[in-house]
Amino acid sequence: MIEWSVITDSLPQYASGLWLTAQLTVLSLAAGLMVAIPLAVVRISPRRAVSGPVWVFTYFFRGTPMLVQLLLIYYGLGQFEWVQAQWQAENAFWLIFREPYGCALVTFSLNTCAYTTEILAGALRTTPHGEIEAAQACGMSRFTMLRRILIPGALRRALPAYSNEAIFMLHGTAIASTVTLMDLTGAARNAYSQHFAPFEAFIFAGLLYLTLTFALVGLFRLAERRWLAHLQPRKAIKGHTA
Amino acid sequence: MTQLTVEDLHKRYGDHEVLKGVSLSAEAGDVISIIGSSGSGKSTFLRCINFLEQPDAGRIHVAGEEIRLVRGGDGHLKVADAKQLQRLRTRLAMVFQHFNLWAHMTVIENVMEAPVHVLGLSKAEARERAEAYLDKVGIAKFRDAYPAHMSGGQQQRVAIARALAMEPAVLLFDEPTSALDPELVGEVLKVMRALAEEGRTMVVVTHEMGFAREVSSQVMFLHQGLAEEVGAPADVFDRPRSERLRQFLSGSLK
Repeated sequence: MIEWSVITDSLPQYASGLWLTAQLTVLSLAAGLMVAIPLAVVRISPRRAVSGPVWVFTYFFRGTPMLVQLLLIYYGLGQFEWVQAQWQAENAFWLIFREPYGCALVTFSLNTCAYTTEILAGALRTTPHGEIEAAQACGMSRFTMLRRILIPGALRRALPAYSNEAIFMLHGTAIASTVTLMDLTGAARNAYSQHFAPFEAFIFAGLLYLTLTFALVGLFRLAERRWLAHLQPRKAIKGHTA
Repeated sequence: MTQLTVEDLHKRYGDHEVLKGVSLSAEAGDVISIIGSSGSGKSTFLRCINFLEQPDAGRIHVAGEEIRLVRGGDGHLKVADAKQLQRLRTRLAMVFQHFNLWAHMTVIENVMEAPVHVLGLSKAEARERAEAYLDKVGIAKFRDAYPAHMSGGQQQRVAIARALAMEPAVLLFDEPTSALDPELVGEVLKVMRALAEEGRTMVVVTHEMGFAREVSSQVMFLHQGLAEEVGAPADVFDRPRSERLRQFLSGSLK
């Protein structure tokens, strides 16, 4: 029989876990996207010396498990005396890496940044050549063309692929629980160990993840309706037959 | 006043010399049609004028100002000053065979884009300009539609409005009706005819012999990278001197 009390007793932990999971997802997606836009522009440079370093970055973060990345940053960095010295000196930047929250946020941001960079670089590469020529022909500078034509077009075309990345990221944050963070998965583990009722503890966490996923999918559907209107089947133009 | 002069333009792709020294001069109000079979270099010539292709030799003046060129280390001609090219490109608006509208922008956004972000007009001024030119090409009611939702003829008329909104010295047309279904060609030619009648300076690469004959002030027949015949439409079409032009015309007019 299902022990409902396992869930009801732990509701406050689930609530704060849900909040932490949402926070980690939204913050890392936002930070990752902000950095991915300029990196994607660099990534499509025809010059190897320019695009190479970005290629190394994206291949490292896409080629290794995020759990390994998190353990490397959370446990690995503290091994270096130089880093410990920075902690001792209260260096604000390095203190981020003393707390599990900071380590998780940085790892997740770098990881999603790597995937997003490749998604955006792909979208930038598929810019129709005619759109670039039209921009050149009317006297646009390279920077204006990037800002007004290439990036806005690429961000829109990348939206369906990016929505998958966002969902993977939401689920990926579950590994935050391995570095002591009480996210949704952490809360479920806690409930399990208190009541020895794994099914109740984890099925409820699963349902909450599902709810978050549906919320994300809904947001992306709205975003696509707003920003991909130019790729959708046409709606009749008011008052005219087109 | 001379709006555009091109002197002795050369262009080669590897071993293949596409343009072997072509010149052109357009006074204000001139409509110059460039005709010729495919592969004659006519599109390349037009695209070299605004440096969408890099010519290998030649001089270009736009509205009295010469585009400054330098020879790069690899021997190829390069633009000396990118800012100058950008400024002179605003004086040369281009209409492409495949329209090349910016897909993520609505019709009015397409027309307002360069006036706002290149010429530095205020949004209100640019909107007013865009409305006026969209009205002129008969497409004002589609101002909020996206290009993908319109026919080719409508898209090309938007592209013409976009070019006009720059208020350029010269309009360059690169086979503007070649990608259109036959029944849509007429609406675009009608707009171009009206522009010619207004006295706009136009250089038109075209396969539309009727348009070239009736609207042009001058016709240039390109053949294998050379201007084989240049003259008034009546001379070129009715009294062709070269055998090649006669062959071309008999093929095109039947």
